Amino acid sequence: MKQEYIISAYSENHIGLLNRITIIFTRRKVNIESLTVSESALKGISKFTIVVNETRDKVSNIVKQIDKQIEVLKAFYHTNEEMIFQEIALYKVPTAPLMESDQIEKLIRKHNARILEITPEYTVIEKTGHKEETQELFNGLNPFGVLQFIRSGRIAITRSPIEKLSEFLKERDALLAKIESKGKIAKV
Amino acid sequence: MTTKEKETRRSQQQDVEITGSEAVIRSLIAEGAEVIFGYPGGAIMPVYDALYDYRNALRHILTRHEQGAVHAAQGYARVTGKVGVCIATSGPGATNLMTGIADAQIDSTPLVCITGQVTSGLLGTDAFQESDVVGLSMPVTKWNFQITTPEDIPEAIAKAFYIAASGRPGPVLLDITKDAQFGKLKYKYAKCHKIRSYVPEYPVNKEKLAEAATLINGAKKPFLVFGQGIMLGEAERELKSFIDKTGIPAAWTLLGLSALNSDHPLNVGMLGMHGNYGPNIKTNECDLLIAVGMRFDDRVTGTLKTYAKQAKIIHIEIDPAEINKNVKTDVALLGDAKKILRLLTHIVSPNKHKEWVKEFKQAMAIEVKKVIHSDVYPTKPGLTMGEVVRRVSEYTKNKAVIVSDVGQHQMATARYSRFTQPRSHITSGGLGTMGFGLPAAIGAKLGEPNREVVVFAGDGGFQMTIQELGTIAQEKLGVKMVILNNHFLGMVRQWQELFFEKRYSFTEILSPDFVKVADAYGIPGNHVTDRDKLDDAIKVMFETEGPYLLEVNIEKDDNVFPMVPAGASVSDILLSPEDAVK
Repeated sequence: MKQEYIISAYSENHIGLLNRITIIFTRRKVNIESLTVSESALKGISKFTIVVNETRDKVSNIVKQIDKQIEVLKAFYHTNEEMIFQEIALYKVPTAPLMESDQIEKLIRKHNARILEITPEYTVIEKTGHKEETQELFNGLNPFGVLQFIRSGRIAITRSPIEKLSEFLKERDALLAKIESKGKIAKV
Repeated sequence: MTTKEKETRRSQQQDVEITGSEAVIRSLIAEGAEVIFGYPGGAIMPVYDALYDYRNALRHILTRHEQGAVHAAQGYARVTGKVGVCIATSGPGATNLMTGIADAQIDSTPLVCITGQVTSGLLGTDAFQESDVVGLSMPVTKWNFQITTPEDIPEAIAKAFYIAASGRPGPVLLDITKDAQFGKLKYKYAKCHKIRSYVPEYPVNKEKLAEAATLINGAKKPFLVFGQGIMLGEAERELKSFIDKTGIPAAWTLLGLSALNSDHPLNVGMLGMHGNYGPNIKTNECDLLIAVGMRFDDRVTGTLKTYAKQAKIIHIEIDPAEINKNVKTDVALLGDAKKILRLLTHIVSPNKHKEWVKEFKQAMAIEVKKVIHSDVYPTKPGLTMGEVVRRVSEYTKNKAVIVSDVGQHQMATARYSRFTQPRSHITSGGLGTMGFGLPAAIGAKLGEPNREVVVFAGDGGFQMTIQELGTIAQEKLGVKMVILNNHFLGMVRQWQELFFEKRYSFTEILSPDFVKVADAYGIPGNHVTDRDKLDDAIKVMFETEGPYLLEVNIEKDDNVFPMVPAGASVSDILLSPEDAVK
């Protein structure tokens, strides 16, 4: 059964790796719903957050292929329930209707959004939340004429108390310590 | 001291200021490269200039096309177990390598491919002979990297060799801009032993090992299937010890061929589309399938819907991405086949499985009667591929390195050659690259100069890289070439006959007189059409020193059977075209 999965991959900061990762999806004709890449808490390590709508088997295989890339430290996948996630949206609306009635103000209060900038011509509103929430505000603002709208890719963290990466890096160091020449583990 | 020793010694000097190009050559020598294959051109000229001073320490083979260079490097890597190296220029030189790189990726062949690139300032400007080689090769390489500064060269080459050869091997590409080749650096070489983000091998999981042993000990009809992983992991002896102790019959994939001697009593033959009858039907009758170093390719499994559904499955594999990719496993043993098989052999109980092994022999008897006998000992006029392959193999006492191209003759070669040592069968498996055979044989001969190297090719595939006759002539390489000429693109013709209502659309192919072509290169050769002249012709071929081309006329309706039709179940294997009609 297809459902939304959040893939998280930690990697070295390497030119071309984004391309290597995305072609894994392209080759299997899997659409990426959203993609965010930024530096993680550890300097020099990038984090990819990729949202797909797919079956668990397919996601599991894709994650293994991502993990297989030389510069990828580790890739995981989670369901939405297993993670806390957020997206950000920006809306540009004309300032006139904001001045004429309190309807836009009410919408902003109701949706817990905030105003970033007001000029005589336009006002920029920011809202963070799940896609349905940012969409709901868009639907509310649309009758007043949304001039521009942009939504970011998803970012997410796990519900488990520790960062999986630091746990993982410890294991990796122990594993690498066993590897001797030619990439072989000497003792079994 | 010989010139070669002088050059080698010079290449080992550390902390000296040299050009990036010279650093490329010195690094290759430091990694133990002895033979490299390539073709010069504008953007790689500085490297070729540096090579001139090391041409005794590092033998360069000039092929006639970059595709020839990469296939030769593959052939060299496959027979020696070393990393194959090829060099090409930017643009078309690099794009011509891509077929071979894709072939090496799917067949897990360790390669380091070096391409020249336009000066870094010109990148992205559509400069002369510029192409995005890193982008182009990304889907078909294990790793690739563009070098734009000379200081990065030694480290990148060290990483390239480490990545290519370790874990599940594969091709690596380094794209070096011309300014990085011309620039100077203080050269110092250190081999790479570790990369933080890359784990080539995993420690053996003892609990899973015990689970596997329990399944093996409890199985009534266990069946082992192995692939190239046995040879890549140098686990040939461990495989033999394991089956000798457990009495488990073993079958091979196309790329696993020669890992286990052909005359081993538990070697029950080939798996897959044109594999043997027993291994295919027994796949769907066994109660335990032990897969070692193989990836359940669709040509091996047929439809997955009915593949070994009745059996428990143990998968011994070094690449985690292969586990559960095609076939769901009950016990996955991740890691090195050599270590896992050794540990398993210690803990499993000895067994014989006499009755079960007998079932394979009975299936083989049926196949001999219905297929093999008429393939290898035909009485009808007109030569068959099977008899030619078997005669050649026997003439070499089954000790030759056998290379094949792609198509019907490839299947005949795999089915009817016999082997007495590993790394002796070289073919393009996963990608099925026509034109692979001749250049791969060049690499194989350079890797194993003291063994006979025979390449079987069809009339179609041979013409795809026929220009490499020039390389053979120039380097005086004793490659024995046998063209099994049926005047058709035979495998496609066979499918047209069986599945496309005999509509032979563009499969009849005109060929030159191959013996005359060879003669133009100064390579001796002969034609054979009659059965009674075959043995003599083979004898003359091997007795002639150096290269030799034997063109054998084959009946066009010599089809390859048995056959699992594409998308069918392995147990629905057909023994003859009449079966197909049923």
